[in-house]
Amino acid sequence: MEYFQFLIIILFSPLINGVIKKLKANMQGRIGPGIFQPYYDLIRLFKKDMVISSVTSWIFKATPYIVFTSTIAASMIVPVITTKASLGMMGDVIALIYVFALGRFFMALAGIDAGTAFGGEGSSREMTVAILVEPMMMLSIFTAAISAGSTNIARIAETHGIFYSPSHILALSAFMVAIIAETGRIPVDNPDTHLELTMIHEGMLLEYSGRYLSLMEWAHYMKQMLLFTLAVDIFFPIGIANNTEISGLAVSSGVYIFKILLMAFLMALIESTRAKMRFFQLPSLLGGAFVLALLSLLTYIMMGK
Amino acid sequence: MDPESYLYIGVLFFISGVAISLLPLSKVKNYTYILSALGSVGFALLSLYLLFATPVNLFSIPISSVFDFAFGGDAISGLFVLAISILTFAVSIYSIGYTKDLKNKGLMGFLFNIFILSMYAVILSGNIITFLISWETMSIVSYFLVTFDRNEKSAKAGLIYAVMTHIGTAFIVALFLILYKQTGSMSFSDMKGLSSQIPENLKHLIFIFSIIGFGTKAGIMPLHTWLPRAHPAAPSNISSLMSGVMIKTGIYGFIRISMDIMGQGPEWWGIVILIIGAISAVYGVLYALMENDIKRLLAYSSVENIGIILLGIGASMVFKSHGLYNLSAIGLIAALYHIFNHAVFKGLLFLGSGSVMHATHTKNMEKMGGLIKSMPYTGLFFLIGSVSICALPPFNGFVSEWLTYQSLLLGFKSPSITSKIISPLGGAALALTGALAAACFVKAFGISFLGMPRSHHAENVKESSPSMVAGMAFLAVLCLVFGIFPGSVISVISPASFLITGSYGILSEKGFLNISETLSALSPLAILITMIIMFIATGIFILTVGGKRKVAYGDSWDCGIPALNARMQYTATAFIKPIKLIFKRIYLPRRELKVSYIVKPFFVKSIKYSSEITPFFEKYVYEPVIVFIHWIAGRVRLLQSGSLHLYLGYILVTLILLLIFGT
Repeated sequence: MEYFQFLIIILFSPLINGVIKKLKANMQGRIGPGIFQPYYDLIRLFKKDMVISSVTSWIFKATPYIVFTSTIAASMIVPVITTKASLGMMGDVIALIYVFALGRFFMALAGIDAGTAFGGEGSSREMTVAILVEPMMMLSIFTAAISAGSTNIARIAETHGIFYSPSHILALSAFMVAIIAETGRIPVDNPDTHLELTMIHEGMLLEYSGRYLSLMEWAHYMKQMLLFTLAVDIFFPIGIANNTEISGLAVSSGVYIFKILLMAFLMALIESTRAKMRFFQLPSLLGGAFVLALLSLLTYIMMGK
Repeated sequence: MDPESYLYIGVLFFISGVAISLLPLSKVKNYTYILSALGSVGFALLSLYLLFATPVNLFSIPISSVFDFAFGGDAISGLFVLAISILTFAVSIYSIGYTKDLKNKGLMGFLFNIFILSMYAVILSGNIITFLISWETMSIVSYFLVTFDRNEKSAKAGLIYAVMTHIGTAFIVALFLILYKQTGSMSFSDMKGLSSQIPENLKHLIFIFSIIGFGTKAGIMPLHTWLPRAHPAAPSNISSLMSGVMIKTGIYGFIRISMDIMGQGPEWWGIVILIIGAISAVYGVLYALMENDIKRLLAYSSVENIGIILLGIGASMVFKSHGLYNLSAIGLIAALYHIFNHAVFKGLLFLGSGSVMHATHTKNMEKMGGLIKSMPYTGLFFLIGSVSICALPPFNGFVSEWLTYQSLLLGFKSPSITSKIISPLGGAALALTGALAAACFVKAFGISFLGMPRSHHAENVKESSPSMVAGMAFLAVLCLVFGIFPGSVISVISPASFLITGSYGILSEKGFLNISETLSALSPLAILITMIIMFIATGIFILTVGGKRKVAYGDSWDCGIPALNARMQYTATAFIKPIKLIFKRIYLPRRELKVSYIVKPFFVKSIKYSSEITPFFEKYVYEPVIVFIHWIAGRVRLLQSGSLHLYLGYILVTLILLLIFGT
């Protein structure tokens, strides 16, 4: 079991996206598509023929595989329902962020590869957002890592220490902003639009079709669920099993489902109540979150908790 | 064989390389690079011996009672010799093809061999005199190489380089004089034993002088001004060596003086280095991002990487000052690992840029584009270099940055509150640097190699010659090997870190790097294998679900405008525009819009847009200094009238004053 908990991420990540969409639709007074819709979309895309721009090079074709497989590699590092994850030895939370960065690097290259303005625009904006998000995300994780004395995610999850401390809450709020930015949600990006002027993430994917698009979308769902799981692991790991007995895993699975649904609800709530920000207003939001992360670190060092 | 014979063989090859270059036969001159490649193999063997042996004296001629003309080495020198050898080997192979059409082939071969020998000599110097002789040789030869392509730009770059490097040398001479005065010895190994008797204040002075003196060569902010000028001006094989290993001789000097000879310093030494490292890293990459000249971009990125190296060294010094030798070793290993990595990937990137320039005859990225199709190997290797320098797994930059993060995060184990706060902030600076570097190299690789050709320069280009490709391939393979087998690299580095910190620090077993203090582990090899397995699994999955499907090729989406052309692509300038606006407090961008009309304001004839950023340190640090010096010089000129009578008058007045006050 401990070897295969990454399958949970692979298999259920489209479902989480479906749930978020459903919740959002309900909050906006619509019925919305069923929660299994992302699966139908993915399968339909897998069965389609592809049209590829003749301008593109092999980078364009390699990128979906690199993004998809690197996201799976990332999901092996993260403990989902038990901290006894043998594959977690592969790396730690810093490695996780850099594995994500590998996917993003190639995605941005693929955006430029087709030689259009939209792709380049998407890449440029994605990298800009990454510049603002990455230090903030790292700092908020540092707070947790320092208080746990380790950067290994399983070790952090096992050290429940500082759940109610002020530094912890500050770090969590910064991390939530980071998740919104990294998953391309409102108010940073709009996941539902293909309008050229507003998009970031979709801009890079504009030239993709068929199975490549499917892989990219699936990887995006996985990344979203992974970041939720990471937040849960680092900031409220209560209930996660630290053994591999069936009873423990059953309880931990239940708690995990509850926590992830809560995260999904939060995301849907934020997306329904906020408006998308103008791109050049993002620095104030993300910069603000950076200050929160900084404060959380200083608070931890000053107060020791 | 004993180690001395490796040294002699290596030197012999390089000297015969020099000799061949001087022969008036054009055919023979191509062999000089084969000789230097062989010479570097000799030195590589020597370095492997030095790494695992006790400090050894390789060569010495006694001159006087206090001074031998001596060369020797220990594990620290062995490490740097190995780094130089690896890069020299690749660059030598590359140079065979690269210098084929060069006009002054003989001069290039001559300077090339002496330059490399002088770098080895700097590292292997046993005392301050041999060090200074080698150091000056290295500086002067590299000056000639910077001005090798004779034009106004390289002449100016050369001048600034010469001035800066000699300011650095002045500080190095000063600190050597203090060391000699206090210890009474010129030999580095004797000084190390006697350094404890140096008064505290002088130790601080030596430390500050070594930052300025060696930092100038290493290119730390704000002493970097020569670097983004000199590296692009030199021919690409030379820029590769300068950026890959020459600036590391500055780091070597700093480690030798401030960590090895001076031993344990106070905590603020480490804090100072951490802050300088963070500033160099962030500023270096911020300026790299704004460059459209591919070689200037790489040069600024060297400033960034020196910053990352200093973050590791700084963390190490902080821990050492508190007696936490195990943690200190982790920081030092991170820095030394990054020195290796930077030599490999920056060397590779400069060779790649040389290959691109060779084909397109331009350094401007806006005029490239689509090169990956016509130059597939150069494209692939440049991509590997870019991925490595952005510290993405499973390539080599990732391991050293991961270690740097670990050592910075361990700052919370330090007893002092200052380092507890500064170290994680250094980590945040490193994260910012990483994200900026990723943007920078998406731009560098994406704009130059992907999309459509942006100018006629970029159309109809051909792949570079096999020897150039081979040189790059060697380094690209090393990028991956150093990335997925970190254990073996660390076993090479450990003896040097043991020499300085007295601890081995990091455990590596079964392909995993384990840091026992934090229970953190890393295995890039496992990440790579996972990705390969998952790639196969994904392929099988797609075929079972989707089956075989047709792939059609068409045009890119162009909003319905017929015929998308290369001018509609995103440009390098557009790519970094959001970043320029967000960091406008740092960049202080200026833009100029010149519009000329046929009938104002309706019919526009032409629009000229230009935009530039303000180089902060040059404008606010160097310019005032230069203005001040000019002002002083202007005052002094009043004395210098050119009239002989007046000068005789000065002498008379001086003599009279001396007669009055001299007694």
